[in-house]
Amino acid sequence: MTLARQDVAKVAMLARLELSDAELDTMTSELSKIVGFVSLLDELDTAAVPPLAHPLDTQNVFRDDEPAPSLTTAAALQSAPRHDGEFFLVPAVLGESGAA
Amino acid sequence: MTASAATSEPYTTVIGLEVHVQLQTRTKLFCGCSTRFGAAPNTQVCPVCLGLPGSLPVMNRTAFTLALKAALALGCRIAAFTKWDRKNYFYPDLPKGYQISQYDLPFSSDGHLEVTDPKGGFVRNVGIVRVHLEEDAGKSMHDEAAGTADSRIDLNRAGTPLCEIVTQPDLRSPQEARAWLNELKLLLVYLGVSDCNMQEGSLRVDANVNLHIPQPDGRIAKTPIVEIKNMNSFRSVERALAYEAVRQYDEWQATKAELGTTPKQTRGWDDPAGVTRAQRHKEESSDYRYFPDPDLVPVTVDERQLAEVRASMGEPPAVLRGTLAAKWRISPYDADVLVNQGRDIVAYFEDVATRVGEGKVASNWLQQDVLRTLNERGESIDAFPVRPEALADLIGRVQKGEFDTSRGREIFAEMLASGRSVADVVASLGIAVVDDADLVALCRELLAENPKIVADVRGGKEQAAAGLIGQAKKKNPNVNPAKVRQTCLELIRAM
Ligand SMILES: [Zn+2]
Repeated sequence: MTLARQDVAKVAMLARLELSDAELDTMTSELSKIVGFVSLLDELDTAAVPPLAHPLDTQNVFRDDEPAPSLTTAAALQSAPRHDGEFFLVPAVLGESGAA
Repeated sequence: MTASAATSEPYTTVIGLEVHVQLQTRTKLFCGCSTRFGAAPNTQVCPVCLGLPGSLPVMNRTAFTLALKAALALGCRIAAFTKWDRKNYFYPDLPKGYQISQYDLPFSSDGHLEVTDPKGGFVRNVGIVRVHLEEDAGKSMHDEAAGTADSRIDLNRAGTPLCEIVTQPDLRSPQEARAWLNELKLLLVYLGVSDCNMQEGSLRVDANVNLHIPQPDGRIAKTPIVEIKNMNSFRSVERALAYEAVRQYDEWQATKAELGTTPKQTRGWDDPAGVTRAQRHKEESSDYRYFPDPDLVPVTVDERQLAEVRASMGEPPAVLRGTLAAKWRISPYDADVLVNQGRDIVAYFEDVATRVGEGKVASNWLQQDVLRTLNERGESIDAFPVRPEALADLIGRVQKGEFDTSRGREIFAEMLASGRSVADVVASLGIAVVDDADLVALCRELLAENPKIVADVRGGKEQAAAGLIGQAKKKNPNVNPAKVRQTCLELIRAM
């Protein structure tokens, strides 16, 4: 199992990792080994096995719609690299949110 | 706008909508933080909705039930088994680096919601592809005028429960799209699923639109699908779609570019300018690498549970219109007006109609007096000073002829201003109710003083009796003109 260099470059882009050409070569070779190892599973016939949605055999875990205390703003912001006491501050965000 | 206006164009506009509504819960989808609107920034956040390491989400039961209600009301099939997935992307308003959403096993699919144009222009049954449950992101603000390099992030919204409703591309005009959204909003507000307040972000709409253009050879040319965002009212949706249809037709005439030849484009609606503008295409933005969220266990739904939710739903607006028209013998148009004003107005109407014992007159007073006043004052019915029993009392007295409709309106205005009862207002305005004996005595007096009018009426000129009304009002301003006329005519006939 060999990954294409461009697949690795795309995964790096999606993960916002900037890789040098040398790093890309190393990653391509190392990731190929990992994927090859996992692809051993392809040898199993899973046609009759239902897909597993969750490893625990538990369902329907809910909580009641009851408010619980939130953090203070100071506590919420304390680990942020930058804040103004009210908001988290981040480098300029222009354009649309990716939320959908 | 009627269907004929749409068919005069050399193309068909094909529209599908994607609607996000905030579910009416007290707390967020996966934590106990409040969802109240308008709180100071970053005051409704906790380790779960901030995505801090080691925190775990637990699903809000009410959010799931409300989502089920919405899906059932939209006629969806409910999946017996559903799970939650992570939609991965990086954005500063998404602290976890992924949104918890539903991918391949949404809890519901294959529904529909019909919309009828009350003016008879169209009836459109719009298919629902799916309804699923997901969490909202936070809010990022960038003040370009301030010229700072920073954006500010408020995560109060992060983790708020949303229902995503995706329609089939079944709508055929901007007017239909707007009417359908109104019907959807009405339904969800009736059900108590969402307040659908667009100003507060409780309802958001994106639209997919393209054109089908018949060609001389019989082939249908389809323009590339454009997704429109940033529409902040239903009116904006209608305007943006109308603009986009014309823009696509112009572009097609210039380029002949068809569906599938270009990547899907996203355009933002600029409301003040009245145009859509191309948004920067995010490279590979569709590669969200969904996978099942290991922090949340699946949910199963059985028939008993569905029956319980169904039982709690009440009549949806579409059914209620028919029920109301039949029960109170009012026109479908009147029923439509009342139902479209919401459940509280319908309850108020039914209360008044029950007390008066008649629907038509209650509907008239509601539409001409109550609804108009509410619109003028921008108020809701629950704070309306004239309660149903008071309005019913007033209508009953007008029906008995204690005073005429215009006097009734004056009394209504005074009840509105003072919040007092009919009897109190009548007393304070010095409106003595004229009893029948007094009225007859007054009419006899009038006839004695006006032998010419009496002679004219007897000669067949009934309209001559009109000359008596002014004189009657001078003798007693509280008399009901219609009753004076009727009594005088009866007395003359009996002579
Ligand atoms: Zn929270």
